[in-house]
Amino acid sequence: MTRVVPRRRPWLWLGSAAVIAIAALLAVSIYRNPNIQHGVILQYQFAPAILAGLRVTVVLALLAAVIGTVLGVLLAVMRLSESPVLRLASGFYTWLLRGTPLLVQILIWGNLALLFEYLGPFKTNDVLTPFVASVIALGLNEGAYMAEIVRAGIIAVDRGQNDAALALGMSQPLALRRIILPQALRVIMPPAGNQFISLLKATSLVSVIAGGDLLTAAHNISSANLHTIELMLVATFWYLTVTTISSLGQHYVERRLGKSGVGMHASS
Amino acid sequence: MLRAQDVHKRYRHEEVLKGIDLEVASGEVLCLIGPSGSGKSTFLRCINHLERIDAGRLYVDGQLVGYRERGDCLYEMHPREVCRQRADIGMVFQRFNLFPHLTALENIIEAPLQVRRESRALATERARALLERVGMSDKADAYPSRLSGGQQQRVAIARALAMRPKLMLFDEPTSALDPELVGEVLNVMRGLTEDGMTMIVVTHEMAFARDAADSVAFMDAGVIVESGPPEEMLSHPRHERTRAFLSRIIGGRQ
Repeated sequence: MTRVVPRRRPWLWLGSAAVIAIAALLAVSIYRNPNIQHGVILQYQFAPAILAGLRVTVVLALLAAVIGTVLGVLLAVMRLSESPVLRLASGFYTWLLRGTPLLVQILIWGNLALLFEYLGPFKTNDVLTPFVASVIALGLNEGAYMAEIVRAGIIAVDRGQNDAALALGMSQPLALRRIILPQALRVIMPPAGNQFISLLKATSLVSVIAGGDLLTAAHNISSANLHTIELMLVATFWYLTVTTISSLGQHYVERRLGKSGVGMHASS
Repeated sequence: MLRAQDVHKRYRHEEVLKGIDLEVASGEVLCLIGPSGSGKSTFLRCINHLERIDAGRLYVDGQLVGYRERGDCLYEMHPREVCRQRADIGMVFQRFNLFPHLTALENIIEAPLQVRRESRALATERARALLERVGMSDKADAYPSRLSGGQQQRVAIARALAMRPKLMLFDEPTSALDPELVGEVLNVMRGLTEDGMTMIVVTHEMAFARDAADSVAFMDAGVIVESGPPEEMLSHPRHERTRAFLSRIIGGRQ
């Protein structure tokens, strides 16, 4: 019997060895660095203040995602409507919120009291607490991005699907809800999952208006004890934890969608 | 069942329907033939108001489609009323348009559940009877992507029938099928004609037109050139355009 001899690939081995060596050096230099006190990391990793901040971060991201999704569907439908006014309004919204830094938007919402002292009968600062301002700023911004994602999903569904639904006597909203959006979901899910992970990290921006999130908590502690890097490592651990969990969730949802939908396009 | 009076339709600068007059009695089967781009499909889509007409009137079962007449004007109906009218008109598409995220059975019960508010038990029972009627009982739980084109189209016909329509519209129902699958769909349609369903069929299947239709209308460039009983229309067309079209079709097919 002849033997199959794979070609030798010395560069592949060398490259891999180099990567491992660099990673090991980095790990050791952090681990043995005298300027990092590992005790501080351990002390704060599960500290109540940090965990409270983590909870705010997660709640903030979830609320903003819900607002963003609802708003995104609404804006996408407006963008695809027959009315030029609705189309323009939706386009303008996306243009404005995508075209300005999220940090600026957060600062504006956090300082809205400077513009309007009262919102109706209420004092602006009583209504727009840092948390509420953060939810609004993140949610509205998320909406602009979700609008484009949802619109792409709706466009990807064959027009004949809408014709068939309407021909059966369905109203346009019903057709959208029962026929179009479920199919659009397969196209929407991957970028929407990405978007959610971005959002989880973007919550850290609300620390500029003392939003009470994970970064705010870590920052408050580090400005008292001056262990900046240690507390950023504490925060890093938690950010990685929540983004990893949501990646896994996204993976799971996509697999389930893939199973039930079985092939978007009908063959003849 | 259907009465069209001077129906006009234009897309921007191009007039695609230039005054269609047509009548189809209850229980009658009309085949619409003609070259592609002649406006057949557009006319069909006007009948259930998937397209708005620009002038003229369309009546289905004595009711003006999509509009309300008051004085000299036609006012477009509330969407809810348009939906109610569409629910009574079945439509079968060239590309089937089954809902890919639903099984064959779910495709059929979707509109009865959501539009007619039937109970799930009743809708399912009737859907199974319809699947039986189109010879698809064993594929009730299959997703459309697992079905052949002919099977998909038969499910699509069952889906339209589930709404118990007064009128069925077929938009080139066999044009997207492989030749060996055309027969099974035409057989289901023949079955419907025997049950007395009123049908308007846009088709290139001249054999079907000849033996299943009560009348045949030939459309070209947005007008109905001539119409009459199939035998007369297909064997002894009066107009030059009809003759030219038929010789092309029949020459090409046989």
